[in-house]
Amino acid sequence: MKSGSKLERILNAGHFAFTGEVGPPRGANVEALKEKVAHLKGVVDMANITDNQTAMVRMSSWAASLICMEGGVEPNFQMVCRDRNRLAMQSDILGAYAHGIHNMLCLSGDHQQFGDHPQSKGVFDLDSMQLIGMVKKMRDEGKFLGGADIDVPPKIFIGAAANPFAEPFEWRVHRLAKKVTAGADFIQTQCVFNMERIREWIRQANDMGLTDKVFILPGITPMKSVGMAKYMKNKVPGMDVPDEIIKRLQGVDKKKVADEGIKIACEQIQEFKEMKGVAGVHLMAIEWEHKVPEIAERAGVLPRPEV
Amino acid sequence: MIVAERKPFDEIKNMVSGYKRVLTVGCGTCVAVCLAGGSKEVETLNAELNLAFGKDKIKFGAETLERQCDMEFLAELDSKIDEYDALLSMACGAGIQFLAERFPNKPVFPAVNTSFIGVNLDVGWYEEKCRACGNCVLAMTGGICPVTMCAKSLFNGPCGGTNQGKCEISNDQPCAWYQIHERLAAQGRLDQIIAISPPNDWSNQKPRKVIQPGYEERVKTLGR
Ligand code: SF4
Ligand code: SF4
Repeated sequence: MKSGSKLERILNAGHFAFTGEVGPPRGANVEALKEKVAHLKGVVDMANITDNQTAMVRMSSWAASLICMEGGVEPNFQMVCRDRNRLAMQSDILGAYAHGIHNMLCLSGDHQQFGDHPQSKGVFDLDSMQLIGMVKKMRDEGKFLGGADIDVPPKIFIGAAANPFAEPFEWRVHRLAKKVTAGADFIQTQCVFNMERIREWIRQANDMGLTDKVFILPGITPMKSVGMAKYMKNKVPGMDVPDEIIKRLQGVDKKKVADEGIKIACEQIQEFKEMKGVAGVHLMAIEWEHKVPEIAERAGVLPRPEV
Repeated sequence: MIVAERKPFDEIKNMVSGYKRVLTVGCGTCVAVCLAGGSKEVETLNAELNLAFGKDKIKFGAETLERQCDMEFLAELDSKIDEYDALLSMACGAGIQFLAERFPNKPVFPAVNTSFIGVNLDVGWYEEKCRACGNCVLAMTGGICPVTMCAKSLFNGPCGGTNQGKCEISNDQPCAWYQIHERLAAQGRLDQIIAISPPNDWSNQKPRKVIQPGYEERVKTLGR
């Protein structure tokens, strides 16, 4: 066991993992955060706590992770390279671990120009690959990036992101391989809408032996509306929404679109349960946390295993 | 070369108002080539200033040196400097600072914003190419600078935001890492970016000096 986190125990035991996501509030609204977390309790194995997502200021990820933990859901502390240098990153990792946080997702982060402080100085002292390597070094060697010994190293289960849909496609699996070499223990992917692409990417990862070394959790996002699907297709960088999805949503009665979105998500989860090399799914129900229990139920991932 | 842009006129105007005799000092090198601070630009700026202040209020002089970042050329001003009570420099930030160092009793004001190290794409059109990071990795990246050309200065891209060859920040901005991949693939050198590039040594984060080998002895005798 590298960290002993619940997610690690579930994955090591060979269960199909089911993780969720919580965006911290744009303010100190603890009640709103607790409510989101309550919807996920007992339903997901772990919830990602985003870090100034889309470069908008929010409650810090480690602080919201603590509140999540109090609410009975294991957090996945997200950290982006945009806002901190290597000193701040390492001290936050120590602090988070000291409070019992055992999962971390290492990301480069959306560029600051997208958010509410476009004039800010992006830090990017490290990139996501280097961040993964730093956490591994802290955990396995008990050393800071600078080389000094750590007095009680943080035992972190290291997560990383992959986007199997961004060009150049043939490079995506190599980038996955690099993240595995850097030290990633699990991978959560960008929202999957193009099943053909992800099948091919997983097949490549299987062929390269990567799925024996890392747990892969494809990202699932249920579409709430045709507008959302179109927005994701056209406006969100790195998102691959095939026309069939939009046509399928357009094809049902207006009142049934959200339901159809959930149906698509459930079908995807079904397929992933059977796909070799897939260890679970990561559900990103953006501002739809109250629907997660229903989606989990319909996808047949309940009850969650006790480990 | 170093690329600069002239500062907004009102900002320049505010800096020099209150002085009686101001010398506008251009530079004949980079800022002249990028049309920001050569002799022509000195003339234009002085004409605008004269118009704004009226000839009697402030007297503007004009000098354009070959290079403001070279003491030899700055010495040309020694005999003229007493006629002025402030200097307005149109050189890059390095030139401006050197001018201020040469004449420490005179207020020196920048008339340009020094923007980047770049190249000439067409007349009046420049593109940034290097951030002088002090640790050049162009060998690994097929001659495309990841520090400058990637919006996140990544060393192991492309990131998940890359969008059909464009950077996530804009469709007008090519993704540097996409281009790096394309170029290395075409050269059969993709193995260059298979290894993880370790955390960078951002040597440009502290004041730097370079003494070329062979000149060390000489520098020692100068004692500076
Ligand atoms: S790697 Fe550094 S030195 Fe080389 S071009 Fe880029 S910024 Fe300049
Ligand atoms: S899209 Fe490409 S250029 Fe833009 S930040 Fe990502 S890797 Fe860098």
